[in-house]
Amino acid sequence: MQPSLFPETLTVSQLTFRIRKLLEDDPQLQDVWVTGEISNLSRPASGHIYFTLKDKNASLRCVMWKTDVLRTRPTLQEGAAVEAHGKIVVYEPQGQYQLVASLIQAKGEGALFQEFLRLKAMLEAEGLFDPERKRPIPELPRRIGIVTSSTGAALRDMLNTIRRRLPLAEVILAPSPVQGAEAPPALVNAIQFLNTQLPNYQLPDVILLARGGGSIEDLWAFNDERVVRAVAASQVPIISGVGHETDFTLCDFAADLRAPTPTAAAELATQITLDDLQLQVTNYQSRLFDLISNLLADHRALTSSLAARLKYVSPERLIQSEFQRLDELSRRALSAVTHRIQLQFASVDGMSKRLDALNPAGILSRGYAIVTRKEDGKVVARVSDARGEMNVRVSDGEFEVNRKS
Amino acid sequence: MPKTKSSQKPVEELTYEESLAELEQIVEALEGEQNPLEEAMKLYERGQALVAHCGALLESAQLKVQKLAGESLVEFEEESE
Repeated sequence: MQPSLFPETLTVSQLTFRIRKLLEDDPQLQDVWVTGEISNLSRPASGHIYFTLKDKNASLRCVMWKTDVLRTRPTLQEGAAVEAHGKIVVYEPQGQYQLVASLIQAKGEGALFQEFLRLKAMLEAEGLFDPERKRPIPELPRRIGIVTSSTGAALRDMLNTIRRRLPLAEVILAPSPVQGAEAPPALVNAIQFLNTQLPNYQLPDVILLARGGGSIEDLWAFNDERVVRAVAASQVPIISGVGHETDFTLCDFAADLRAPTPTAAAELATQITLDDLQLQVTNYQSRLFDLISNLLADHRALTSSLAARLKYVSPERLIQSEFQRLDELSRRALSAVTHRIQLQFASVDGMSKRLDALNPAGILSRGYAIVTRKEDGKVVARVSDARGEMNVRVSDGEFEVNRKS
Repeated sequence: MPKTKSSQKPVEELTYEESLAELEQIVEALEGEQNPLEEAMKLYERGQALVAHCGALLESAQLKVQKLAGESLVEFEEESE
Protein backbone atom coordinates (compact mmCIF):
# COMPACT_ATOMS: atom_id res chain seq x y z
CA MET A 1 0.00 0.00 0.00
CA GLN A 2 1.29 3.35 -1.04
CA PRO A 3 0.73 6.15 1.33
CA SER A 4 -1.75 7.65 -1.10
CA LEU A 5 -4.28 7.76 1.66
CA PHE A 6 -2.08 10.34 3.29
CA PRO A 7 -1.93 13.36 1.13
CA GLU A 8 1.01 14.74 2.98
CA THR A 9 3.68 13.62 5.38
CA LEU A 10 3.75 15.64 8.61
CA THR A 11 6.86 16.76 10.33
CA VAL A 12 7.22 15.81 13.97
CA SER A 13 6.60 19.41 14.85
CA GLN A 14 3.45 19.53 12.76
CA LEU A 15 2.13 16.35 14.31
CA THR A 16 2.99 17.46 17.78
CA PHE A 17 1.37 20.82 17.14
CA ARG A 18 -1.76 19.04 15.93
CA ILE A 19 -1.90 16.88 19.04
CA ARG A 20 -1.33 19.97 21.11
CA LYS A 21 -4.21 21.76 19.36
CA LEU A 22 -6.43 18.72 19.96
CA LEU A 23 -5.70 18.67 23.66
CA GLU A 24 -5.59 22.37 24.27
CA ASP A 25 -8.83 23.07 22.40
CA ASP A 26 -10.69 20.60 24.61
CA PRO A 27 -12.40 22.77 27.23
CA GLN A 28 -12.69 19.89 29.68
CA LEU A 29 -8.96 19.24 29.57
CA GLN A 30 -8.32 22.93 30.16
CA ASP A 31 -10.27 22.97 33.42
CA VAL A 32 -9.85 19.56 34.94
CA TRP A 33 -9.62 18.00 38.36
CA VAL A 34 -7.52 14.87 38.54
CA THR A 35 -6.79 12.69 41.51
CA GLY A 36 -3.85 10.44 42.20
CA GLU A 37 -0.82 9.86 44.34
CA ILE A 38 2.23 12.03 44.21
CA SER A 39 5.52 10.51 43.12
CA ASN A 40 8.87 11.75 41.76
CA LEU A 41 8.35 15.00 43.63
CA SER A 42 11.02 17.52 42.72
CA ARG A 43 11.38 21.10 43.95
CA PRO A 44 14.31 22.69 42.12
CA ALA A 45 15.69 26.09 42.96
CA SER A 46 13.61 27.68 40.23
CA GLY A 47 10.62 27.46 42.58
CA HIS A 48 8.56 25.39 40.16
CA ILE A 49 7.40 22.00 41.41
CA TYR A 50 7.56 18.86 39.27
CA PHE A 51 5.88 15.59 40.14
CA THR A 52 3.99 12.66 38.72
CA LEU A 53 0.43 11.73 39.62
CA LYS A 54 -0.15 8.02 39.63
CA ASP A 55 -2.87 5.53 40.19
CA LYS A 56 -2.77 1.78 39.69
CA ASN A 57 -2.74 1.87 35.96
CA ALA A 58 -1.47 5.19 34.74
CA SER A 59 0.71 8.14 35.47
CA LEU A 60 0.56 11.83 34.57
CA ARG A 61 3.43 14.25 34.55
CA CYS A 62 2.60 17.45 36.40
CA VAL A 63 4.14 20.83 37.00
CA MET A 64 3.13 23.72 39.17
CA TRP A 65 4.69 27.04 38.26
CA LYS A 66 6.33 29.18 40.90
CA THR A 67 3.60 31.84 40.87
CA ASP A 68 0.95 29.26 41.73
CA VAL A 69 3.23 27.66 44.30
CA LEU A 70 3.62 31.00 46.03
CA ARG A 71 -0.07 31.80 45.75
CA THR A 72 -1.49 28.50 47.03
CA ARG A 73 1.41 27.09 49.08
CA PRO A 74 0.41 23.47 48.63
CA THR A 75 1.61 20.90 51.13
CA LEU A 76 2.97 18.09 49.01
CA GLN A 77 4.41 14.79 50.12
CA GLU A 78 5.62 11.80 48.23
CA GLY A 79 2.84 9.22 48.14
CA ALA A 80 0.11 11.62 49.28
CA ALA A 81 -3.27 11.29 47.68
CA VAL A 82 -4.20 14.63 46.22
CA GLU A 83 -6.58 16.33 43.90
CA ALA A 84 -5.00 18.66 41.39
CA HIS A 85 -6.73 21.24 39.31
CA GLY A 86 -5.28 22.63 36.12
CA LYS A 87 -5.01 22.26 32.37
CA ILE A 88 -3.40 19.74 30.05
CA VAL A 89 -0.64 21.09 27.87
CA VAL A 90 1.86 19.54 25.52
CA TYR A 91 5.54 20.05 26.05
CA GLU A 92 6.69 19.88 22.47
CA PRO A 93 10.47 19.36 22.86
CA GLN A 94 9.83 16.11 24.77
CA GLY A 95 6.63 15.16 23.00
CA GLN A 96 4.94 14.89 26.33
CA TYR A 97 1.64 16.04 27.59
CA GLN A 98 1.42 17.17 31.20
CA LEU A 99 -0.83 18.80 33.70
CA VAL A 100 -0.07 22.39 34.63
CA ALA A 101 -1.58 22.48 38.09
CA SER A 102 -2.97 25.69 39.56
CA LEU A 103 -4.24 24.15 42.80
CA ILE A 104 -3.31 21.01 44.64
CA GLN A 105 -5.14 19.86 47.72
CA ALA A 106 -5.44 16.74 49.79
CA LYS A 107 -7.89 14.27 48.40
CA GLY A 108 -11.45 14.92 49.47
CA GLU A 109 -10.91 18.61 49.84
CA GLY A 110 -12.67 19.32 46.59
CA ALA A 111 -15.87 17.70 47.80
CA LEU A 112 -15.49 19.43 51.14
CA PHE A 113 -15.10 22.73 49.39
CA GLN A 114 -18.31 22.13 47.42
CA GLU A 115 -20.09 21.32 50.68
CA PHE A 116 -18.60 24.46 52.22
CA LEU A 117 -19.96 26.60 49.39
CA ARG A 118 -23.39 24.96 49.57
CA LEU A 119 -23.69 25.49 53.34
CA LYS A 120 -22.34 29.01 53.10
CA ALA A 121 -24.90 29.95 50.47
CA MET A 122 -27.70 28.41 52.50
CA LEU A 123 -26.80 30.04 55.81
CA GLU A 124 -26.10 33.31 54.09
CA ALA A 125 -29.57 33.21 52.54
CA GLU A 126 -30.99 32.63 56.01
CA GLY A 127 -29.30 35.84 57.11
CA LEU A 128 -26.98 34.22 59.65
CA PHE A 129 -24.02 36.20 58.34
CA ASP A 130 -25.78 39.57 58.09
CA PRO A 131 -23.64 42.47 59.22
CA GLU A 132 -26.58 43.82 61.27
CA ARG A 133 -26.38 40.72 63.43
CA LYS A 134 -22.85 41.51 64.55
CA ARG A 135 -22.69 42.74 68.09
CA PRO A 136 -19.98 45.07 69.32
CA ILE A 137 -17.09 43.47 71.17
CA PRO A 138 -16.68 44.92 74.68
CA GLU A 139 -13.48 46.90 75.01
CA LEU A 140 -12.80 45.86 78.57
CA PRO A 141 -14.22 42.42 79.26
CA ARG A 142 -14.33 41.25 82.82
CA ARG A 143 -14.80 37.61 81.87
CA ILE A 144 -13.57 35.96 78.72
CA GLY A 145 -15.01 32.62 77.71
CA ILE A 146 -12.79 30.34 75.66
CA VAL A 147 -13.98 27.42 73.58
CA THR A 148 -11.05 25.35 72.38
CA SER A 149 -9.11 22.21 73.12
CA SER A 150 -7.67 22.27 76.63
CA THR A 151 -4.43 20.77 75.35
CA GLY A 152 -3.78 22.78 72.20
CA ALA A 153 -1.19 25.46 71.52
CA ALA A 154 -4.08 27.78 70.68
CA LEU A 155 -5.19 27.84 74.34
CA ARG A 156 -1.67 28.51 75.53
CA ASP A 157 -1.26 31.34 73.02
CA MET A 158 -4.56 32.92 74.04
CA LEU A 159 -3.91 32.64 77.77
CA ASN A 160 -0.44 34.12 77.34
CA THR A 161 -1.86 36.98 75.30
CA ILE A 162 -4.58 37.73 77.83
CA ARG A 163 -2.13 37.40 80.71
CA ARG A 164 0.20 39.85 79.05
CA ARG A 165 -2.46 42.37 78.04
CA LEU A 166 -5.19 42.13 80.65
CA PRO A 167 -4.45 39.83 83.61
CA LEU A 168 -7.37 41.50 85.38
CA ALA A 169 -9.78 39.49 83.27
CA GLU A 170 -11.14 36.13 84.33
CA VAL A 171 -11.00 33.29 81.85
CA ILE A 172 -13.68 30.64 81.76
CA LEU A 173 -12.59 27.73 79.66
CA ALA A 174 -15.19 25.47 78.10
CA PRO A 175 -12.96 22.74 76.75
CA SER A 176 -13.99 20.88 73.64
CA PRO A 177 -12.34 18.67 71.07
CA VAL A 178 -11.77 20.75 67.96
CA GLN A 179 -11.52 18.06 65.31
CA GLY A 180 -13.08 14.74 64.56
CA ALA A 181 -16.66 13.57 64.59
CA GLU A 182 -17.17 14.36 68.27
CA ALA A 183 -16.02 17.95 67.83
CA PRO A 184 -19.16 19.62 66.42
CA PRO A 185 -21.60 18.54 69.16
CA ALA A 186 -18.97 19.24 71.82
CA LEU A 187 -18.31 22.73 70.40
CA VAL A 188 -22.07 23.42 70.34
CA ASN A 189 -22.30 22.28 73.96
CA ALA A 190 -19.40 24.46 75.04
CA ILE A 191 -20.86 27.54 73.35
CA GLN A 192 -24.26 26.89 74.92
CA PHE A 193 -22.72 26.24 78.32
CA LEU A 194 -20.98 29.60 78.28
CA ASN A 195 -24.34 31.16 77.40
CA THR A 196 -26.14 29.54 80.31
CA GLN A 197 -26.56 31.46 83.52
CA LEU A 198 -25.40 29.11 86.25
CA PRO A 199 -25.74 29.89 89.93
CA ASN A 200 -22.00 30.11 90.51
CA TYR A 201 -20.89 32.15 87.54
CA GLN A 202 -22.00 35.02 85.41
CA LEU A 203 -22.01 35.09 81.64
CA PRO A 204 -18.70 36.01 80.07
CA ASP A 205 -18.58 39.33 78.22
CA VAL A 206 -17.04 37.78 75.13
CA ILE A 207 -16.29 34.27 73.88
CA LEU A 208 -13.22 33.23 71.92
CA LEU A 209 -13.85 30.29 69.62
CA ALA A 210 -10.46 29.15 68.48
CA ARG A 211 -8.27 26.47 67.05
CA GLY A 212 -4.72 26.39 65.78
CA GLY A 213 -3.83 25.84 62.16
CA GLY A 214 -4.42 22.61 60.29
CA SER A 215 -5.66 21.13 57.07
CA ILE A 216 -9.12 21.87 55.81
CA GLU A 217 -10.30 18.55 57.25
CA ASP A 218 -8.79 19.47 60.61
CA LEU A 219 -10.73 22.72 60.61
CA TRP A 220 -13.90 21.13 59.30
CA ALA A 221 -15.76 21.11 62.60
CA PHE A 222 -15.86 24.90 62.32
CA ASN A 223 -17.80 24.56 59.08
CA ASP A 224 -20.35 22.25 60.68
CA GLU A 225 -23.84 23.61 60.35
CA ARG A 226 -24.67 22.91 64.02
CA VAL A 227 -21.61 24.81 65.23
CA VAL A 228 -22.24 27.72 62.88
CA ARG A 229 -25.83 27.97 64.12
CA ALA A 230 -24.68 27.84 67.75
CA VAL A 231 -22.25 30.70 67.05
CA ALA A 232 -25.00 32.76 65.42
CA ALA A 233 -27.37 32.02 68.32
CA SER A 234 -24.89 32.93 71.06
CA GLN A 235 -26.12 35.68 73.30
CA VAL A 236 -22.53 36.54 74.19
CA PRO A 237 -20.51 38.11 71.36
CA ILE A 238 -18.09 35.65 69.78
CA ILE A 239 -14.69 36.25 68.24
CA SER A 240 -13.53 33.41 66.03
CA GLY A 241 -9.86 32.67 65.57
CA VAL A 242 -9.56 29.46 63.63
CA GLY A 243 -6.44 28.33 61.81
CA HIS A 244 -4.24 30.83 60.02
CA GLU A 245 -4.74 34.13 58.24
CA THR A 246 -5.74 32.38 55.00
CA ASP A 247 -8.25 29.97 56.53
CA PHE A 248 -11.87 31.02 56.44
CA THR A 249 -14.51 28.89 58.13
CA LEU A 250 -18.25 29.37 58.29
CA CYS A 251 -17.88 30.11 62.00
CA ASP A 252 -15.81 33.12 60.94
CA PHE A 253 -18.78 34.41 58.96
CA ALA A 254 -21.25 33.77 61.76
CA ALA A 255 -19.04 35.20 64.52
CA ASP A 256 -19.35 38.82 65.58
CA LEU A 257 -15.71 39.36 64.77
CA ARG A 258 -13.23 37.23 62.84
CA ALA A 259 -9.64 37.08 63.97
CA PRO A 260 -6.97 35.57 61.72
CA THR A 261 -5.46 33.47 64.53
CA PRO A 262 -6.20 32.48 68.15
CA THR A 263 -3.62 35.00 69.39
CA ALA A 264 -5.23 37.74 67.34
CA ALA A 265 -8.63 36.75 68.77
CA ALA A 266 -7.25 37.19 72.29
CA GLU A 267 -5.84 40.57 71.29
CA LEU A 268 -9.15 41.72 69.82
CA ALA A 269 -10.86 40.67 73.05
CA THR A 270 -8.50 42.83 75.11
CA GLN A 271 -8.60 46.16 73.33
CA ILE A 272 -7.98 48.00 76.57
CA THR A 273 -4.82 46.68 78.18
CA LEU A 274 -3.36 46.81 81.65
CA ASP A 275 -1.10 49.66 80.50
CA ASP A 276 -4.13 51.67 79.39
CA LEU A 277 -5.79 51.08 82.75
CA GLN A 278 -2.69 52.11 84.66
CA LEU A 279 -2.52 55.29 82.63
CA GLN A 280 -6.18 55.93 83.30
CA VAL A 281 -5.70 55.58 87.05
CA THR A 282 -2.68 57.88 86.92
CA ASN A 283 -4.75 60.43 85.04
CA TYR A 284 -7.51 60.25 87.60
CA GLN A 285 -4.95 60.64 90.33
CA SER A 286 -3.51 63.81 88.87
CA ARG A 287 -6.97 65.24 88.15
CA LEU A 288 -7.96 64.49 91.71
CA PHE A 289 -4.82 66.18 92.98
CA ASP A 290 -5.33 69.25 90.78
CA LEU A 291 -8.94 69.53 91.82
CA ILE A 292 -8.28 69.38 95.51
CA SER A 293 -5.30 71.73 95.21
CA ASN A 294 -7.44 74.28 93.40
CA LEU A 295 -10.23 73.84 95.88
CA LEU A 296 -7.88 74.34 98.80
CA ALA A 297 -6.31 77.37 97.14
CA ASP A 298 -9.78 78.85 96.60
CA HIS A 299 -10.71 78.27 100.17
CA ARG A 300 -7.43 79.73 101.39
CA ALA A 301 -8.00 82.86 99.31
CA LEU A 302 -11.54 83.12 100.56
CA THR A 303 -10.42 82.68 104.14
CA SER A 304 -7.79 85.39 103.94
CA SER A 305 -10.16 87.83 102.27
CA LEU A 306 -12.71 87.15 104.98
CA ALA A 307 -10.02 87.59 107.60
CA ALA A 308 -9.22 91.01 106.18
CA ARG A 309 -12.88 92.00 106.19
CA LEU A 310 -13.31 90.67 109.67
CA LYS A 311 -10.37 92.69 110.88
CA TYR A 312 -11.95 95.80 109.42
CA VAL A 313 -15.23 95.30 111.22
CA SER A 314 -13.66 93.91 114.35
CA PRO A 315 -14.64 95.46 117.78
CA GLU A 316 -10.96 96.02 118.39
CA ARG A 317 -11.19 99.47 116.85
CA LEU A 318 -14.23 100.17 118.96
CA ILE A 319 -12.44 98.99 122.04
CA GLN A 320 -9.50 101.23 121.29
CA SER A 321 -11.71 104.24 120.90
CA GLU A 322 -13.51 103.29 124.09
CA PHE A 323 -10.18 103.16 125.83
CA GLN A 324 -9.40 106.56 124.54
CA ARG A 325 -12.66 107.91 125.82
CA LEU A 326 -12.05 106.29 129.14
CA ASP A 327 -8.60 107.82 129.37
CA GLU A 328 -10.09 111.15 128.57
CA LEU A 329 -12.77 110.80 131.19
CA SER A 330 -10.35 109.66 133.78
CA ARG A 331 -8.10 112.61 133.08
CA ARG A 332 -11.03 114.95 133.38
CA ALA A 333 -12.16 113.27 136.56
CA LEU A 334 -8.73 113.66 138.05
CA SER A 335 -8.43 117.28 137.25
CA ALA A 336 -11.93 117.93 138.53
CA VAL A 337 -11.12 116.27 141.80
CA THR A 338 -7.83 118.11 142.12
CA HIS A 339 -9.58 121.39 141.61
CA ARG A 340 -12.19 120.59 144.22
CA ILE A 341 -9.53 119.69 146.72
CA GLN A 342 -7.66 122.88 146.05
CA LEU A 343 -10.87 124.80 146.57
CA GLN A 344 -11.41 122.99 149.80
CA PHE A 345 -7.90 123.76 150.85
CA ALA A 346 -8.48 127.43 150.09
CA SER A 347 -11.72 127.39 151.98
CA VAL A 348 -10.17 125.71 154.98
CA ASP A 349 -7.40 128.21 154.89
CA GLY A 350 -9.89 131.08 154.97
CA MET A 351 -11.79 129.52 157.83
CA SER A 352 -8.61 129.03 159.71
CA LYS A 353 -7.76 132.66 159.25
CA ARG A 354 -11.20 133.66 160.37
CA LEU A 355 -10.92 131.30 163.27
CA ASP A 356 -7.62 132.82 164.21
CA ALA A 357 -9.25 136.18 164.17
CA LEU A 358 -11.84 134.92 166.59
CA ASN A 359 -9.28 133.47 169.03
CA PRO A 360 -9.57 135.50 172.25
CA ALA A 361 -5.88 135.12 172.77
CA GLY A 362 -5.39 137.08 169.59
CA ILE A 363 -7.52 139.90 170.96
CA LEU A 364 -5.53 139.97 174.21
CA SER A 365 -2.33 140.45 172.22
CA ARG A 366 -3.76 143.54 170.68
CA GLY A 367 -4.07 144.99 174.24
CA TYR A 368 -7.51 143.82 175.26
CA ALA A 369 -7.98 142.05 178.64
CA ILE A 370 -10.50 139.67 180.09
CA VAL A 371 -11.59 140.58 183.59
CA THR A 372 -13.29 138.10 185.81
CA ARG A 373 -14.67 138.55 189.33
CA LYS A 374 -12.82 136.55 191.82
CA GLU A 375 -15.84 135.76 193.90
CA ASP A 376 -17.94 134.09 191.26
CA GLY A 377 -15.67 133.95 188.17
CA LYS A 378 -18.11 136.01 186.12
CA VAL A 379 -16.72 137.98 183.23
CA VAL A 380 -16.89 141.65 183.86
CA ALA A 381 -18.46 142.99 180.69
CA ARG A 382 -20.04 146.21 182.27
CA VAL A 383 -18.93 148.69 184.70
CA SER A 384 -21.71 147.55 187.00
CA ASP A 385 -20.20 144.08 187.05
CA ALA A 386 -16.91 145.33 188.36
CA ARG A 387 -16.57 144.98 192.12
CA GLY A 388 -14.26 143.39 194.67
CA GLU A 389 -11.24 141.50 193.69
CA MET A 390 -10.94 140.59 190.05
CA ASN A 391 -8.53 138.77 187.80
CA VAL A 392 -7.27 140.52 184.75
CA ARG A 393 -6.05 138.30 181.95
CA VAL A 394 -3.75 139.72 179.33
CA SER A 395 -1.80 138.16 176.52
CA ASP A 396 1.04 136.83 178.60
CA GLY A 397 -0.59 136.19 182.00
CA GLU A 398 -2.90 137.46 184.79
CA PHE A 399 -2.86 139.92 187.54
CA GLU A 400 -5.25 140.92 190.29
CA VAL A 401 -6.99 144.13 190.75
CA ASN A 402 -9.24 145.52 193.48
CA ARG A 403 -11.95 148.04 192.77
CA LYS A 404 -12.35 150.59 195.34
CA SER A 405 -15.92 151.32 195.69
CA MET B 1 -24.60 66.76 98.03
CA PRO B 2 -22.65 64.63 95.57
CA LYS B 3 -24.18 61.42 94.36
CA THR B 4 -21.13 59.32 95.20
CA LYS B 5 -22.62 57.47 98.09
CA SER B 6 -22.75 54.56 95.62
CA SER B 7 -21.38 51.99 97.99
CA GLN B 8 -19.24 53.44 100.74
CA LYS B 9 -18.08 49.90 101.19
CA PRO B 10 -14.53 49.76 102.49
CA VAL B 11 -12.26 50.41 99.53
CA GLU B 12 -10.48 47.07 99.95
CA GLU B 13 -13.70 45.20 99.27
CA LEU B 14 -14.33 46.85 95.91
CA THR B 15 -13.57 45.21 92.60
CA TYR B 16 -11.46 47.08 90.11
CA GLU B 17 -14.49 48.07 88.05
CA GLU B 18 -16.37 49.33 91.11
CA SER B 19 -13.32 51.27 92.28
CA LEU B 20 -12.79 52.89 88.92
CA ALA B 21 -16.46 53.79 88.55
CA GLU B 22 -16.53 55.41 91.97
CA LEU B 23 -13.25 57.19 91.30
CA GLU B 24 -14.77 58.61 88.13
CA GLN B 25 -17.83 59.78 90.06
CA ILE B 26 -15.68 61.45 92.68
CA VAL B 27 -13.62 63.30 90.11
CA GLU B 28 -16.80 64.44 88.40
CA ALA B 29 -18.36 65.48 91.69
CA LEU B 30 -15.28 67.52 92.57
CA GLU B 31 -15.23 69.05 89.12
CA GLY B 32 -18.91 69.76 88.94
CA GLU B 33 -20.46 70.84 92.17
CA GLN B 34 -19.48 73.25 94.85
CA ASN B 35 -18.94 70.89 97.70
CA PRO B 36 -18.44 72.05 101.24
CA LEU B 37 -14.74 71.85 101.93
CA GLU B 38 -15.10 69.13 104.51
CA GLU B 39 -17.13 67.06 102.07
CA ALA B 40 -14.58 67.73 99.33
CA MET B 41 -11.73 66.62 101.58
CA LYS B 42 -13.59 63.41 102.37
CA LEU B 43 -14.18 62.81 98.67
CA TYR B 44 -10.54 63.49 97.94
CA GLU B 45 -9.36 61.09 100.61
CA ARG B 46 -11.71 58.42 99.32
CA GLY B 47 -10.48 59.13 95.80
CA GLN B 48 -6.87 58.75 96.90
CA ALA B 49 -7.70 55.45 98.54
CA LEU B 50 -9.44 54.29 95.37
CA VAL B 51 -6.44 55.28 93.25
CA ALA B 52 -4.17 53.29 95.52
CA HIS B 53 -6.55 50.33 95.48
CA CYS B 54 -6.85 50.37 91.67
CA GLY B 55 -3.08 50.62 91.34
CA ALA B 56 -2.56 47.72 93.70
CA LEU B 57 -5.14 45.59 91.91
CA LEU B 58 -3.53 46.29 88.55
CA GLU B 59 -0.08 45.70 89.96
CA SER B 60 -0.96 42.35 91.43
CA ALA B 61 -3.39 41.12 88.78
CA GLN B 62 -2.93 37.43 88.08
CA LEU B 63 -4.91 35.84 85.30
CA LYS B 64 -7.51 33.56 86.81
CA VAL B 65 -8.43 30.64 84.60
CA GLN B 66 -11.37 28.44 85.45
CA LYS B 67 -12.66 25.48 83.57
CA LEU B 68 -16.22 24.36 83.13
CA ALA B 69 -16.52 20.85 84.46
CA GLY B 70 -20.03 19.58 84.21
CA GLU B 71 -22.10 22.31 85.79
CA SER B 72 -19.40 23.76 87.94
CA LEU B 73 -16.22 25.75 87.58
CA VAL B 74 -12.87 24.40 88.67
CA GLU B 75 -9.42 25.94 88.68
CA PHE B 76 -7.69 25.18 85.40
CA GLU B 77 -4.18 23.87 85.73
CA GLU B 78 -2.08 24.89 82.79
CA GLU B 79 0.53 22.49 81.62
CA SER B 80 3.87 24.08 82.07
CA GLU B 81 6.14 23.82 79.13
